[in-house]
Amino acid sequence: MSQPLLSTHALNKSFGGLVAVDDVSIDFEAAKVHAIIGPNGAGKTTLINLLSGDLPPTGGAITFKEHDLTPKKAYAISQLGIGRSYQKTNIFADFTCLQNCWLGAQSRMRTSMRFFRPAKAYNEVRARAERALELCGLTERMDTVASAMSYGEQRQLEIGMMLATEPELLLLDEPLAGMGTDESRQVVALIKRLAKDHTVVLIEHDMDAVFAVADVLTVMVNGRVLATGNPEEIRANSQVQDAYLGTGEEEAT
Amino acid sequence: MTPSRPLLIFLLLALAALAAFPLVGEEFYQGLVTRLMIMGIFAMSLDLLIGFTGLVSFGHAAFFGLSGYLLAILTPEYGPVSIWIALPLCLAGTALAALVIGWFSVRTSGIYFIMITLAFAQMFYYYFNENQDLGGSDGIFIFFKPSVTIGDFQLLDLSNHNTFYYFVLASLVLSYVLLSKILKAPFGQVIRGIQANEARTLALGFNTRKYKLVSFVIAGTLAGFAGFLEASHGGIMSPAHLGWHESGIVMMVVILGGMGTLYGPVLGAFAMGFLQDYFQELWSDHWLLLMGVFVIAVVLFLPNGIAGLVAQLRRGKGGDAP
Repeated sequence: MSQPLLSTHALNKSFGGLVAVDDVSIDFEAAKVHAIIGPNGAGKTTLINLLSGDLPPTGGAITFKEHDLTPKKAYAISQLGIGRSYQKTNIFADFTCLQNCWLGAQSRMRTSMRFFRPAKAYNEVRARAERALELCGLTERMDTVASAMSYGEQRQLEIGMMLATEPELLLLDEPLAGMGTDESRQVVALIKRLAKDHTVVLIEHDMDAVFAVADVLTVMVNGRVLATGNPEEIRANSQVQDAYLGTGEEEAT
Repeated sequence: MTPSRPLLIFLLLALAALAAFPLVGEEFYQGLVTRLMIMGIFAMSLDLLIGFTGLVSFGHAAFFGLSGYLLAILTPEYGPVSIWIALPLCLAGTALAALVIGWFSVRTSGIYFIMITLAFAQMFYYYFNENQDLGGSDGIFIFFKPSVTIGDFQLLDLSNHNTFYYFVLASLVLSYVLLSKILKAPFGQVIRGIQANEARTLALGFNTRKYKLVSFVIAGTLAGFAGFLEASHGGIMSPAHLGWHESGIVMMVVILGGMGTLYGPVLGAFAMGFLQDYFQELWSDHWLLLMGVFVIAVVLFLPNGIAGLVAQLRRGKGGDAP
Protein backbone atom coordinates (compact mmCIF):
# COMPACT_ATOMS: atom_id res chain seq x y z
CA MET A 1 0.00 0.00 0.00
CA SER A 2 1.25 3.46 -0.84
CA GLN A 3 1.97 6.05 1.81
CA PRO A 4 -1.36 7.54 2.94
CA LEU A 5 -1.94 11.24 2.29
CA LEU A 6 -3.64 11.71 5.64
CA SER A 7 -3.67 9.44 8.61
CA THR A 8 -4.84 9.48 12.18
CA HIS A 9 -3.16 7.52 14.90
CA ALA A 10 -5.02 6.53 18.09
CA LEU A 11 -7.02 9.76 17.80
CA ASN A 12 -9.09 10.71 20.79
CA LYS A 13 -11.59 13.43 21.60
CA SER A 14 -13.64 13.66 24.74
CA PHE A 15 -16.04 16.34 25.91
CA GLY A 16 -16.01 16.08 29.67
CA GLY A 17 -17.00 12.48 30.33
CA LEU A 18 -18.26 11.82 26.81
CA VAL A 19 -15.77 10.16 24.49
CA ALA A 20 -16.82 11.25 21.00
CA VAL A 21 -13.83 9.86 19.10
CA ASP A 22 -12.20 6.87 20.68
CA ASP A 23 -8.82 5.51 19.60
CA VAL A 24 -9.40 6.09 15.90
CA SER A 25 -6.63 5.15 13.46
CA ILE A 26 -7.50 5.57 9.80
CA ASP A 27 -5.32 5.93 6.70
CA PHE A 28 -6.70 8.06 3.89
CA GLU A 29 -5.05 7.31 0.57
CA ALA A 30 -4.38 9.91 -2.05
CA ALA A 31 -6.80 10.24 -4.97
CA LYS A 32 -9.47 8.11 -3.31
CA VAL A 33 -12.96 8.91 -2.05
CA HIS A 34 -13.01 7.64 1.49
CA ALA A 35 -16.46 7.68 3.07
CA ILE A 36 -17.12 7.54 6.78
CA ILE A 37 -20.52 6.21 7.69
CA GLY A 38 -22.26 5.31 10.89
CA PRO A 39 -25.35 6.10 12.94
CA ASN A 40 -25.97 9.53 14.43
CA GLY A 41 -23.67 10.20 17.36
CA ALA A 42 -20.98 7.88 16.02
CA GLY A 43 -18.44 10.72 16.12
CA LYS A 44 -18.15 11.32 12.38
CA THR A 45 -18.51 15.10 12.47
CA THR A 46 -16.23 15.31 15.50
CA LEU A 47 -13.64 13.38 13.52
CA ILE A 48 -13.92 15.90 10.65
CA ASN A 49 -13.62 18.75 13.14
CA LEU A 50 -10.40 17.20 14.42
CA LEU A 51 -9.01 16.74 10.91
CA SER A 52 -9.80 20.35 9.95
CA GLY A 53 -8.51 21.80 13.19
CA ASP A 54 -11.89 23.19 14.22
CA LEU A 55 -11.41 21.20 17.42
CA PRO A 56 -8.15 20.20 19.11
CA PRO A 57 -7.80 16.46 19.82
CA THR A 58 -7.55 15.20 23.38
CA GLY A 59 -5.01 12.58 22.38
CA GLY A 60 -3.39 10.83 19.45
CA ALA A 61 -1.93 12.26 16.28
CA ILE A 62 -2.92 13.39 12.78
CA THR A 63 -0.41 13.41 9.95
CA PHE A 64 -0.88 15.03 6.54
CA LYS A 65 2.01 14.31 4.18
CA GLU A 66 5.03 15.16 6.31
CA HIS A 67 3.12 17.60 8.55
CA ASP A 68 1.96 16.89 12.07
CA LEU A 69 -1.50 18.47 12.15
CA THR A 70 -2.16 17.71 15.80
CA PRO A 71 -1.14 21.08 17.28
CA LYS A 72 -2.19 23.15 14.26
CA LYS A 73 -5.03 25.67 14.13
CA ALA A 74 -7.76 25.57 11.50
CA TYR A 75 -6.26 28.38 9.41
CA ALA A 76 -2.86 26.66 9.24
CA ILE A 77 -4.45 23.36 8.21
CA SER A 78 -6.41 25.15 5.49
CA GLN A 79 -3.16 26.69 4.26
CA LEU A 80 -1.64 23.21 3.90
CA GLY A 81 -4.30 22.33 1.34
CA ILE A 82 -7.12 20.79 3.34
CA GLY A 83 -10.55 22.25 2.69
CA ARG A 84 -13.76 21.46 4.48
CA SER A 85 -17.45 22.02 4.07
CA TYR A 86 -19.90 22.05 6.93
CA GLN A 87 -22.95 19.96 7.70
CA LYS A 88 -24.80 23.02 8.94
CA THR A 89 -24.59 25.63 6.21
CA ASN A 90 -21.86 28.00 7.31
CA ILE A 91 -21.74 30.78 4.76
CA PHE A 92 -21.61 34.58 4.81
CA ALA A 93 -25.35 35.13 4.53
CA ASP A 94 -25.21 38.83 3.67
CA PHE A 95 -22.47 38.48 1.05
CA THR A 96 -23.03 37.72 -2.61
CA CYS A 97 -21.92 34.34 -3.95
CA LEU A 98 -18.84 35.94 -5.47
CA GLN A 99 -17.94 37.61 -2.17
CA ASN A 100 -18.46 34.31 -0.37
CA CYS A 101 -15.96 32.60 -2.64
CA TRP A 102 -13.72 35.65 -2.74
CA LEU A 103 -12.42 35.21 0.78
CA GLY A 104 -11.39 31.63 0.22
CA ALA A 105 -9.69 32.60 -3.03
CA GLN A 106 -7.98 35.52 -1.35
CA SER A 107 -6.64 33.31 1.41
CA ARG A 108 -4.26 31.77 -1.14
CA MET A 109 -2.46 35.09 -1.55
CA ARG A 110 0.79 35.14 0.39
CA THR A 111 -0.81 37.58 2.81
CA SER A 112 -3.98 39.65 2.99
CA MET A 113 -2.23 42.30 5.07
CA ARG A 114 -2.54 44.64 2.13
CA PHE A 115 -4.14 47.95 2.79
CA PHE A 116 -4.16 50.16 -0.29
CA ARG A 117 -4.69 48.40 -3.58
CA PRO A 118 -8.38 47.53 -4.01
CA ALA A 119 -9.11 43.81 -3.60
CA LYS A 120 -10.96 43.91 -6.94
CA ALA A 121 -7.68 44.60 -8.72
CA TYR A 122 -6.29 41.18 -7.80
CA ASN A 123 -7.22 39.31 -10.94
CA GLU A 124 -5.80 35.98 -9.84
CA VAL A 125 -8.14 36.05 -6.82
CA ARG A 126 -11.12 36.80 -9.03
CA ALA A 127 -10.15 33.97 -11.36
CA ARG A 128 -9.97 31.49 -8.45
CA ALA A 129 -13.30 32.67 -7.03
CA GLU A 130 -15.00 32.44 -10.42
CA ARG A 131 -13.60 28.96 -11.04
CA ALA A 132 -15.00 27.85 -7.68
CA LEU A 133 -18.42 29.27 -8.57
CA GLU A 134 -18.31 27.49 -11.90
CA LEU A 135 -17.40 24.18 -10.27
CA CYS A 136 -20.26 24.36 -7.77
CA GLY A 137 -22.63 25.51 -10.51
CA LEU A 138 -23.41 29.00 -9.23
CA THR A 139 -21.83 31.16 -11.95
CA GLU A 140 -25.20 32.67 -12.79
CA ARG A 141 -25.82 33.46 -9.13
CA MET A 142 -22.54 35.34 -8.81
CA ASP A 143 -24.13 38.61 -7.68
CA THR A 144 -26.99 37.10 -5.70
CA VAL A 145 -26.89 37.57 -1.94
CA ALA A 146 -26.47 34.16 -0.35
CA SER A 147 -29.40 34.48 2.06
CA ALA A 148 -31.75 35.06 -0.88
CA MET A 149 -30.99 31.67 -2.42
CA SER A 150 -32.66 28.31 -1.93
CA TYR A 151 -31.34 25.91 0.65
CA GLY A 152 -29.92 23.64 -2.03
CA GLU A 153 -28.05 26.49 -3.65
CA GLN A 154 -26.65 27.52 -0.29
CA ARG A 155 -25.34 23.97 0.11
CA GLN A 156 -23.66 24.26 -3.29
CA LEU A 157 -22.13 27.57 -2.21
CA GLU A 158 -20.89 25.89 0.94
CA ILE A 159 -18.84 23.58 -1.27
CA GLY A 160 -17.83 26.41 -3.61
CA MET A 161 -16.31 28.43 -0.77
CA MET A 162 -14.16 25.47 0.13
CA LEU A 163 -13.12 24.94 -3.49
CA ALA A 164 -12.04 28.58 -3.78
CA THR A 165 -9.13 27.77 -1.45
CA GLU A 166 -7.96 25.22 -4.06
CA PRO A 167 -7.53 22.40 -1.60
CA GLU A 168 -5.90 19.09 -2.39
CA LEU A 169 -7.89 17.17 0.19
CA LEU A 170 -11.61 17.78 0.69
CA LEU A 171 -13.42 17.08 3.92
CA LEU A 172 -17.12 16.97 3.06
CA ASP A 173 -19.45 16.82 6.03
CA GLU A 174 -22.84 15.61 4.80
CA PRO A 175 -22.92 17.60 1.58
CA LEU A 176 -26.36 16.16 0.76
CA ALA A 177 -27.97 16.99 4.11
CA GLY A 178 -31.53 18.16 3.61
CA MET A 179 -31.38 18.20 -0.18
CA GLY A 180 -34.09 17.15 -2.60
CA THR A 181 -33.53 14.33 -5.08
CA ASP A 182 -32.62 16.55 -8.01
CA GLU A 183 -30.24 18.68 -6.00
CA SER A 184 -28.70 15.54 -4.51
CA ARG A 185 -28.06 14.12 -7.93
CA GLN A 186 -26.27 17.30 -8.97
CA VAL A 187 -24.06 17.31 -5.90
CA VAL A 188 -23.22 13.62 -6.30
CA ALA A 189 -22.17 14.40 -9.87
CA LEU A 190 -20.04 17.26 -8.55
CA ILE A 191 -18.36 14.99 -5.99
CA LYS A 192 -17.61 12.48 -8.73
CA ARG A 193 -16.06 15.23 -10.84
CA LEU A 194 -14.00 16.51 -7.91
CA ALA A 195 -12.85 13.00 -7.08
CA LYS A 196 -10.91 12.89 -10.34
CA ASP A 197 -8.27 15.29 -9.09
CA HIS A 198 -8.85 15.52 -5.35
CA THR A 199 -8.65 13.26 -2.38
CA VAL A 200 -12.03 13.23 -0.67
CA VAL A 201 -13.13 12.35 2.84
CA LEU A 202 -16.89 12.13 2.81
CA ILE A 203 -19.42 11.85 5.60
CA GLU A 204 -22.88 11.04 4.33
CA HIS A 205 -26.06 9.35 5.45
CA ASP A 206 -27.44 8.79 1.99
CA MET A 207 -26.22 5.22 1.41
CA ASP A 208 -27.06 5.19 -2.31
CA ALA A 209 -24.81 8.19 -2.78
CA VAL A 210 -22.08 6.77 -0.58
CA PHE A 211 -21.93 3.46 -2.40
CA ALA A 212 -22.04 5.30 -5.73
CA VAL A 213 -18.96 7.42 -5.11
CA ALA A 214 -16.81 5.83 -2.40
CA ASP A 215 -13.69 3.78 -3.09
CA VAL A 216 -13.14 3.02 0.58
CA LEU A 217 -15.55 3.02 3.51
CA THR A 218 -15.01 3.25 7.22
CA VAL A 219 -17.87 2.45 9.55
CA MET A 220 -17.88 4.19 12.91
CA VAL A 221 -20.04 3.32 15.88
CA ASN A 222 -19.88 4.98 19.29
CA GLY A 223 -16.72 6.87 18.44
CA ARG A 224 -14.82 3.78 17.34
CA VAL A 225 -13.92 2.30 13.98
CA LEU A 226 -15.93 -0.83 13.40
CA ALA A 227 -14.63 -1.74 9.96
CA THR A 228 -12.79 -0.34 6.95
CA GLY A 229 -12.87 -1.78 3.47
CA ASN A 230 -14.10 -1.39 -0.09
CA PRO A 231 -17.85 -1.18 -0.71
CA GLU A 232 -18.30 -4.92 -1.30
CA GLU A 233 -16.45 -5.84 1.86
CA ILE A 234 -18.47 -3.39 3.91
CA ARG A 235 -21.76 -4.56 2.45
CA ALA A 236 -20.83 -8.16 3.25
CA ASN A 237 -19.60 -7.44 6.76
CA SER A 238 -22.01 -8.97 9.26
CA GLN A 239 -20.92 -6.71 12.12
CA VAL A 240 -21.69 -3.67 10.00
CA GLN A 241 -25.08 -5.05 9.07
CA ASP A 242 -25.92 -5.58 12.72
CA ALA A 243 -24.71 -2.19 13.81
CA TYR A 244 -25.85 -0.02 10.99
CA LEU A 245 -26.80 -1.12 7.54
CA GLY A 246 -28.90 -4.02 8.64
CA THR A 247 -31.33 -2.00 10.69
CA GLY A 248 -33.48 -1.63 7.62
CA GLU A 249 -34.63 1.98 7.80
CA GLU A 250 -32.10 4.55 6.80
CA GLU A 251 -31.53 7.68 8.78
CA ALA A 252 -33.55 10.50 7.37
CA THR A 253 -30.99 13.18 8.13
CA MET B 1 -18.54 49.50 -0.95
CA THR B 2 -18.04 52.23 -3.45
CA PRO B 3 -20.45 54.95 -2.40
CA SER B 4 -23.36 55.19 -4.81
CA ARG B 5 -23.69 58.38 -6.80
CA PRO B 6 -26.42 60.10 -4.70
CA LEU B 7 -24.42 59.34 -1.59
CA LEU B 8 -21.27 60.71 -3.15
CA ILE B 9 -23.11 63.92 -4.05
CA PHE B 10 -24.47 64.14 -0.51
CA LEU B 11 -21.01 63.70 0.97
CA LEU B 12 -19.48 66.27 -1.38
CA LEU B 13 -22.22 68.78 -0.51
CA ALA B 14 -21.60 68.18 3.17
CA LEU B 15 -17.90 68.69 2.57
CA ALA B 16 -18.56 71.93 0.68
CA ALA B 17 -20.76 73.14 3.54
CA LEU B 18 -17.99 72.38 6.03
CA ALA B 19 -15.42 74.12 3.83
CA ALA B 20 -17.60 77.23 3.52
CA PHE B 21 -18.63 77.37 7.17
CA PRO B 22 -15.80 79.63 8.48
CA LEU B 23 -16.87 82.27 5.92
CA VAL B 24 -20.33 82.59 7.48
CA GLY B 25 -20.28 80.99 10.93
CA GLU B 26 -19.63 82.78 14.20
CA GLU B 27 -16.40 82.04 15.95
CA PHE B 28 -18.15 80.11 18.72
CA TYR B 29 -19.81 77.80 16.24
CA GLN B 30 -16.61 77.42 14.27
CA GLY B 31 -14.99 76.11 17.44
CA LEU B 32 -17.92 73.75 17.96
CA VAL B 33 -17.74 72.44 14.39
CA THR B 34 -13.99 71.90 14.79
CA ARG B 35 -14.67 69.81 17.88
CA LEU B 36 -17.39 67.84 16.11
CA MET B 37 -15.12 67.06 13.18
CA ILE B 38 -12.56 65.73 15.67
CA MET B 39 -15.31 63.66 17.27
CA GLY B 40 -16.15 62.45 13.75
CA ILE B 41 -12.60 61.14 13.26
CA PHE B 42 -12.72 59.51 16.68
CA ALA B 43 -16.09 57.87 15.92
CA MET B 44 -14.94 56.72 12.48
CA SER B 45 -11.99 54.95 14.09
CA LEU B 46 -14.38 53.12 16.42
CA ASP B 47 -16.60 52.24 13.47
CA LEU B 48 -13.70 50.28 12.01
CA LEU B 49 -13.94 48.02 15.08
CA ILE B 50 -17.69 47.96 15.81
CA GLY B 51 -19.05 48.29 12.30
CA PHE B 52 -16.50 46.39 10.24
CA THR B 53 -14.56 43.96 12.42
CA GLY B 54 -17.31 43.05 14.86
CA LEU B 55 -15.25 44.07 17.88
CA VAL B 56 -17.29 46.07 20.39
CA SER B 57 -14.60 48.04 22.18
CA PHE B 58 -15.80 49.84 25.28
CA GLY B 59 -12.41 51.36 26.01
CA HIS B 60 -11.75 53.31 22.87
CA ALA B 61 -11.33 56.62 24.73
CA ALA B 62 -8.12 55.25 26.27
CA PHE B 63 -6.28 55.88 23.00
CA PHE B 64 -7.96 59.24 22.44
CA GLY B 65 -6.95 60.44 25.91
CA LEU B 66 -3.52 58.82 25.99
CA SER B 67 -2.48 60.65 22.84
CA GLY B 68 -3.77 63.93 24.27
CA TYR B 69 -1.75 63.41 27.43
CA LEU B 70 1.33 62.57 25.39
CA LEU B 71 0.97 65.89 23.57
CA ALA B 72 0.57 67.66 26.91
CA ILE B 73 3.74 66.02 28.21
CA LEU B 74 5.65 66.84 25.01
CA THR B 75 4.58 70.49 24.90
CA PRO B 76 7.08 72.71 26.78
CA GLU B 77 5.74 75.23 29.27
CA TYR B 78 6.88 78.30 27.35
CA GLY B 79 6.50 77.43 23.69
CA PRO B 80 5.09 75.03 21.12
CA VAL B 81 6.40 71.59 20.27
CA SER B 82 7.15 70.79 16.65
CA ILE B 83 4.40 68.72 15.05
CA TRP B 84 7.11 66.63 13.36
CA ILE B 85 8.14 65.42 16.80
CA ALA B 86 4.82 65.45 18.63
CA LEU B 87 2.57 63.76 16.07
CA PRO B 88 4.76 60.70 15.37
CA LEU B 89 5.38 60.21 19.09
CA CYS B 90 1.69 60.52 19.96
CA LEU B 91 0.71 58.07 17.22
CA ALA B 92 3.50 55.64 18.05
CA GLY B 93 2.56 55.78 21.73
CA THR B 94 -1.09 55.01 21.07
CA ALA B 95 -0.22 52.34 18.51
CA LEU B 96 1.96 50.63 21.11
CA ALA B 97 -0.77 50.87 23.75
CA ALA B 98 -3.29 49.46 21.24
CA LEU B 99 -0.92 46.64 20.40
CA VAL B 100 -0.56 45.63 24.05
CA ILE B 101 -4.24 46.04 24.96
CA GLY B 102 -5.29 44.43 21.68
CA TRP B 103 -2.97 41.48 22.15
CA PHE B 104 -4.87 40.51 25.27
CA SER B 105 -8.30 41.62 24.12
CA VAL B 106 -8.56 39.78 20.79
CA ARG B 107 -8.11 36.53 22.67
CA THR B 108 -11.61 37.05 24.03
CA SER B 109 -14.90 37.74 22.34
CA GLY B 110 -18.39 39.03 22.99
CA ILE B 111 -19.07 40.33 26.47
CA TYR B 112 -15.54 39.46 27.62
CA PHE B 113 -14.05 41.63 24.92
CA ILE B 114 -16.24 44.53 26.08
CA MET B 115 -15.17 43.98 29.69
CA ILE B 116 -11.46 43.66 29.02
CA THR B 117 -11.27 46.79 26.85
CA LEU B 118 -13.25 48.66 29.50
CA ALA B 119 -10.93 47.41 32.24
CA PHE B 120 -7.81 48.51 30.39
CA ALA B 121 -9.29 51.94 29.71
CA GLN B 122 -10.19 52.35 33.38
CA MET B 123 -6.60 51.49 34.31
CA PHE B 124 -5.48 54.41 32.14
CA TYR B 125 -8.16 56.59 33.68
CA TYR B 126 -7.02 55.90 37.24
CA TYR B 127 -3.38 56.29 36.35
CA PHE B 128 -3.91 59.81 35.02
CA ASN B 129 -6.47 60.62 37.68
CA GLU B 130 -4.02 59.86 40.50
CA ASN B 131 -0.93 61.30 38.85
CA GLN B 132 -0.48 64.75 40.44
CA ASP B 133 2.44 65.60 38.13
CA LEU B 134 -0.06 65.54 35.28
CA GLY B 135 -2.64 67.57 37.12
CA GLY B 136 -4.53 64.68 38.68
CA SER B 137 -8.28 64.91 38.31
CA ASP B 138 -8.06 68.57 37.18
CA GLY B 139 -6.16 67.65 34.05
CA ILE B 140 -3.29 69.40 32.36
CA PHE B 141 -3.15 72.45 30.11
CA ILE B 142 -1.57 72.58 26.70
CA PHE B 143 -0.79 76.27 26.25
CA PHE B 144 0.55 76.09 22.72
CA LYS B 145 -0.68 74.32 19.62
CA PRO B 146 2.09 72.36 17.85
CA SER B 147 4.16 74.34 15.38
CA VAL B 148 4.30 73.33 11.73
CA THR B 149 7.56 74.66 10.36
CA ILE B 150 10.20 73.62 7.87
CA GLY B 151 13.51 75.11 8.96
CA ASP B 152 12.59 78.68 9.87
CA PHE B 153 9.63 78.80 7.52
CA GLN B 154 6.23 78.55 9.15
CA LEU B 155 4.16 76.24 7.01
CA LEU B 156 0.91 76.52 8.98
CA ASP B 157 -0.03 78.61 11.97
CA LEU B 158 -2.30 76.24 13.89
CA SER B 159 -2.94 78.85 16.58
CA ASN B 160 -4.99 80.70 13.97
CA HIS B 161 -8.44 79.22 14.40
CA ASN B 162 -9.24 79.33 10.69
CA THR B 163 -6.05 77.47 9.84
CA PHE B 164 -6.73 74.96 12.57
CA TYR B 165 -10.28 74.48 11.31
CA TYR B 166 -9.07 73.60 7.82
CA PHE B 167 -6.32 71.43 9.23
CA VAL B 168 -8.96 69.39 11.07
CA LEU B 169 -11.23 69.29 8.02
CA ALA B 170 -8.36 67.97 5.90
CA SER B 171 -7.64 65.40 8.60
CA LEU B 172 -11.27 64.27 8.55
CA VAL B 173 -11.27 63.84 4.78
CA LEU B 174 -7.92 62.09 4.87
CA SER B 175 -9.09 59.69 7.59
CA TYR B 176 -12.22 58.86 5.61
CA VAL B 177 -10.29 58.23 2.41
CA LEU B 178 -7.68 56.15 4.21
CA LEU B 179 -10.25 53.96 5.95
CA SER B 180 -12.27 53.54 2.75
CA LYS B 181 -9.15 52.36 0.97
CA ILE B 182 -8.29 49.93 3.74
CA LEU B 183 -11.82 48.55 3.68
CA LYS B 184 -11.73 47.96 -0.07
CA ALA B 185 -8.30 46.35 0.06
CA PRO B 186 -7.75 42.64 0.79
CA PHE B 187 -7.36 43.45 4.48
CA GLY B 188 -10.84 44.99 4.55
CA GLN B 189 -12.36 41.89 2.96
CA VAL B 190 -10.90 39.75 5.71
CA ILE B 191 -12.15 41.87 8.62
CA ARG B 192 -15.63 42.02 7.09
CA GLY B 193 -15.50 38.24 6.86
CA ILE B 194 -14.54 38.10 10.52
CA GLN B 195 -17.46 40.31 11.42
CA ALA B 196 -19.91 38.22 9.42
CA ASN B 197 -18.66 34.76 10.42
CA GLU B 198 -15.37 34.48 12.22
CA ALA B 199 -15.28 30.69 12.47
CA ARG B 200 -15.68 30.30 8.73
CA THR B 201 -13.08 32.97 8.00
CA LEU B 202 -10.67 31.02 10.19
CA ALA B 203 -11.51 27.76 8.42
CA LEU B 204 -10.88 29.44 5.05
CA GLY B 205 -7.26 29.93 6.06
CA PHE B 206 -7.05 33.28 7.84
CA ASN B 207 -5.36 33.76 11.19
CA THR B 208 -8.30 35.83 12.37
CA ARG B 209 -6.67 36.88 15.63
CA LYS B 210 -3.85 38.55 13.77
CA TYR B 211 -6.27 40.46 11.54
CA LYS B 212 -8.35 41.54 14.52
CA LEU B 213 -5.23 42.78 16.28
CA VAL B 214 -4.11 44.82 13.28
CA SER B 215 -7.60 46.30 12.97
CA PHE B 216 -7.49 47.17 16.67
CA VAL B 217 -4.12 48.89 16.29
CA ILE B 218 -5.26 50.90 13.24
CA ALA B 219 -8.41 52.01 15.06
CA GLY B 220 -6.47 52.85 18.22
CA THR B 221 -3.90 54.87 16.33
CA LEU B 222 -6.57 56.82 14.49
CA ALA B 223 -8.31 57.50 17.80
CA GLY B 224 -4.93 58.74 18.99
CA PHE B 225 -4.81 61.11 16.05
CA ALA B 226 -8.23 62.46 17.05
CA GLY B 227 -6.96 62.83 20.63
CA PHE B 228 -3.95 64.76 19.38
CA LEU B 229 -6.27 67.17 17.55
CA GLU B 230 -8.60 67.45 20.54
CA ALA B 231 -5.77 68.27 22.93
CA SER B 232 -4.42 70.88 20.51
CA HIS B 233 -7.87 72.34 20.01
CA GLY B 234 -9.15 72.39 23.58
CA GLY B 235 -5.82 73.16 25.21
CA ILE B 236 -6.62 70.83 28.10
CA MET B 237 -6.53 67.10 28.74
CA SER B 238 -8.25 65.64 31.75
CA PRO B 239 -8.93 62.08 32.92
CA ALA B 240 -12.51 62.49 31.73
CA HIS B 241 -11.21 62.27 28.17
CA LEU B 242 -10.28 58.64 28.67
CA GLY B 243 -12.94 57.46 31.07
CA TRP B 244 -15.73 55.05 30.25
CA HIS B 245 -18.15 57.93 29.91
CA GLU B 246 -16.22 59.18 26.89
CA SER B 247 -15.99 55.64 25.48
CA GLY B 248 -19.76 55.38 25.89
CA ILE B 249 -20.40 58.69 24.15
CA VAL B 250 -18.31 57.79 21.12
CA MET B 251 -20.06 54.42 20.92
CA MET B 252 -23.40 56.21 21.06
CA VAL B 253 -22.25 58.52 18.26
CA VAL B 254 -21.35 55.51 16.11
CA ILE B 255 -24.70 53.83 16.74
CA LEU B 256 -26.70 57.03 16.22
CA GLY B 257 -24.89 57.77 13.00
CA GLY B 258 -25.08 54.23 11.67
CA MET B 259 -22.33 51.69 12.12
CA GLY B 260 -20.53 50.08 9.25
CA THR B 261 -20.80 53.15 7.04
CA LEU B 262 -17.82 55.38 8.03
CA TYR B 263 -19.66 58.58 7.10
CA GLY B 264 -22.54 57.71 9.43
CA PRO B 265 -20.48 58.21 12.61
CA VAL B 266 -19.45 61.65 11.32
CA LEU B 267 -23.13 62.53 10.84
CA GLY B 268 -23.71 61.09 14.30
CA ALA B 269 -21.08 63.37 15.80
CA PHE B 270 -22.78 66.41 14.30
CA ALA B 271 -26.27 65.32 15.30
CA MET B 272 -25.08 64.69 18.82
CA GLY B 273 -23.18 67.97 19.04
CA PHE B 274 -25.90 70.24 17.71
CA LEU B 275 -28.65 68.52 19.65
CA GLN B 276 -26.63 68.86 22.83
CA ASP B 277 -26.28 72.56 22.10
CA TYR B 278 -29.98 72.86 21.28
CA PHE B 279 -31.28 70.81 24.20
CA GLN B 280 -29.09 72.72 26.63
CA GLU B 281 -30.69 75.96 25.51
CA LEU B 282 -34.15 74.42 25.58
CA TRP B 283 -34.03 72.92 29.04
CA SER B 284 -30.66 73.55 30.62
CA ASP B 285 -31.22 71.57 33.81
CA HIS B 286 -32.48 68.37 32.28
CA TRP B 287 -31.15 68.41 28.74
CA LEU B 288 -29.74 64.90 29.17
CA LEU B 289 -33.31 63.69 29.55
CA LEU B 290 -34.17 65.05 26.11
CA MET B 291 -31.00 63.51 24.71
CA GLY B 292 -31.99 60.17 26.19
CA VAL B 293 -35.41 60.33 24.54
CA PHE B 294 -33.75 61.14 21.23
CA VAL B 295 -31.30 58.25 21.46
CA ILE B 296 -34.10 55.82 22.30
CA ALA B 297 -36.17 57.11 19.38
CA VAL B 298 -33.30 56.66 16.94
CA VAL B 299 -32.50 53.16 18.14
CA LEU B 300 -36.17 52.16 17.92
CA PHE B 301 -37.11 53.78 14.63
CA LEU B 302 -33.79 53.99 12.78
CA PRO B 303 -31.97 50.75 13.49
CA ASN B 304 -29.34 51.70 10.92
CA GLY B 305 -28.86 55.15 12.38
CA ILE B 306 -28.91 58.45 10.55
CA ALA B 307 -26.94 56.93 7.67
CA GLY B 308 -29.76 54.40 7.33
CA LEU B 309 -32.21 57.28 7.02
CA VAL B 310 -30.13 58.82 4.25
CA ALA B 311 -30.10 55.48 2.42
CA GLN B 312 -33.85 55.00 2.99
CA LEU B 313 -34.80 58.39 1.55
CA ARG B 314 -32.75 57.63 -1.49
CA ARG B 315 -34.34 54.25 -1.96
CA GLY B 316 -37.81 55.73 -1.49
CA LYS B 317 -37.15 58.12 -4.33
CA GLY B 318 -35.77 55.40 -6.54
CA GLY B 319 -38.92 53.32 -6.03
CA ASP B 320 -37.06 50.21 -4.93
CA ALA B 321 -38.51 47.44 -2.83
CA PRO B 322 -39.40 48.63 0.69
